[in-house]
Amino acid sequence: MMNKKDGETGNAPIVGRRIFMKRIWKILGLVAVAEFLFFIISLLRPSREINKSRSVLTLRDIGNVEDFPAGSVTPDRINRLYIIREQDGGFLALSITCPHLGCSVLWDEARQQFDCPCHSSAFDRHGVVLSSPAPRPLDYFPVIIEEGKVRVDISQGTRRRRFEPNQVTYAV
Amino acid sequence: MHQQTGTEKQKKSPFGFILHLHPRRVKESTLRLSLTFGLGGMAALLFIIQVVTGLLLKFHYEPSPENAYNSILNLQQSLIFGKLLRNIHHWSAIAMVWIVFLHMLRVIFTSAYGKPRHLSWIFGLALLMLVVLSNFTGYLLPWDQLSYWAVTVATSLLSYIPLAGEAVREALLGGKEVGQPTLTNFFNLHTGVIPLLMIVLMGYHFWRIRRAGGVIVAERDRESPMVDTRPHLVNREFVVAVVLLAAIFLTASLLDAPLRERANPSFSPNPAKAPWYFMGLQELLIHFHPLFAVFIIPVTVLAAAVWLPYIKRDDMNQGIWFLSEKGIRSAKISLAAGLLFTIIFVGLSELLPDPGMLLPSVTPLLTTGLVPFIIVAGTIWLFMRYIAGHFSLNRSETIQSLIIILVASYAVLTVTGIFFRGEGMNLVWPWMA
Repeated sequence: MMNKKDGETGNAPIVGRRIFMKRIWKILGLVAVAEFLFFIISLLRPSREINKSRSVLTLRDIGNVEDFPAGSVTPDRINRLYIIREQDGGFLALSITCPHLGCSVLWDEARQQFDCPCHSSAFDRHGVVLSSPAPRPLDYFPVIIEEGKVRVDISQGTRRRRFEPNQVTYAV
Repeated sequence: MHQQTGTEKQKKSPFGFILHLHPRRVKESTLRLSLTFGLGGMAALLFIIQVVTGLLLKFHYEPSPENAYNSILNLQQSLIFGKLLRNIHHWSAIAMVWIVFLHMLRVIFTSAYGKPRHLSWIFGLALLMLVVLSNFTGYLLPWDQLSYWAVTVATSLLSYIPLAGEAVREALLGGKEVGQPTLTNFFNLHTGVIPLLMIVLMGYHFWRIRRAGGVIVAERDRESPMVDTRPHLVNREFVVAVVLLAAIFLTASLLDAPLRERANPSFSPNPAKAPWYFMGLQELLIHFHPLFAVFIIPVTVLAAAVWLPYIKRDDMNQGIWFLSEKGIRSAKISLAAGLLFTIIFVGLSELLPDPGMLLPSVTPLLTTGLVPFIIVAGTIWLFMRYIAGHFSLNRSETIQSLIIILVASYAVLTVTGIFFRGEGMNLVWPWMA
């Protein structure tokens, strides 16, 4: 009751001292809540930041160029990717992870396609969707060929809509 | 006189605190088992079982991808009653999802969510979600093929939520895929954050029930006499608790909690399924565009659930399961229709060609999203109109019938997902798989 009287004199509502102080408290309270939330969110971050600092080591040696015959598809289980060697000698590195629900796809040599065991999505040798429910092609990684070695930067999985020739790397 | 003896007994009892959670006297009509089936009490007891067995398991579990699996093997093989301990924790967890869900259905059917119990209802919904989340975070801990891929699939569902989905998924996983940060997150959520939250919410949930004057009382039982909580209510609760404990112990000594091979990120088992309580969602994802399956439909249902206590009506059937004979008949027909429609829907979508593949030029948001959604929602709406008119149902009975249809459909989807999906998630008979 007292507060209301303080705040209103006559018809024009005037923000009195007490109401003003109460508002300040409310604002401070909101600031405190925001700070607390920020604190919690930043606590949840470090595990990801630590992962990033490790990314210096994400350029992995997969093997020598001559290990991959033309037209072959070679799984690399440790780095969770497939190395595709084109007939013309180009290299394409595809993620093993199905873009639908994250299962690992398997290469079917006889049918020349990748099959997802979870929801029967299928992809051709360039990772392009042959049958749904996969919403997009398999992600690809940049391949670097140095001193006859095939290296893949596994931190750089890239989403794409279609297969394009510039996703293939050639030994110079 | 009566009151004094009750208080005296309470003071002497070593369980004084637990008795203190009860009112001293309760209405005789609320003791009827068919009013509540003791489901809320069962859920509370299961929570205590989970805390006790969980704390014991924690002495032997090591939350790292290298050692988690071995620590479970070690627990089961070289620790006396280690396997039994894990079995009890496993089966109680499953029982808890069931009991909490049935408890929710009971509250819906006896309309025990209306004011002044609306906050009990909303906190109950939050508790239901925490129970599921607790189950889900615990699912990963054994780090076997089952848990690794179930969590991979279920968290991938999150990435279909528009805008925030990918960020939420990465925050939960602590990275782009399931790994050490995921295990750290899940272990902490499972053994710390979620149980503590649940204790707080449970306290509030119980207090709101006390404040509303105890368990819901039917209009016709308003004049029911009061009886002493001890022995009348406490003895009944004791019987329910002992039966539940016996059932859990029996199951745990006969059936082992599953443990497959150690998690292998390179090989997905075929089929790879989410935990069983998410199989309805995964099944929905087979039939609907992801935006509808994991976002629009679940959010709509959740919003409707929160809104439920605030729907205006003057004929709440509080405290009784069915208002009238026609209500029972309409409930039965709704149940049958819900089951039948969904079975036909699942069968048809297997036989008919994929509309997304048939019309590749039209956006899948229409062909596999909006159009099937409108067909399903329209069918339900037409059916509701028919049945409400035919039985001249009142508002409460209409809502009850609609909820029965939705629950029946979800049950069919869940059962289909768990038992009728084989390799490549194709439909199979369970005995042929």
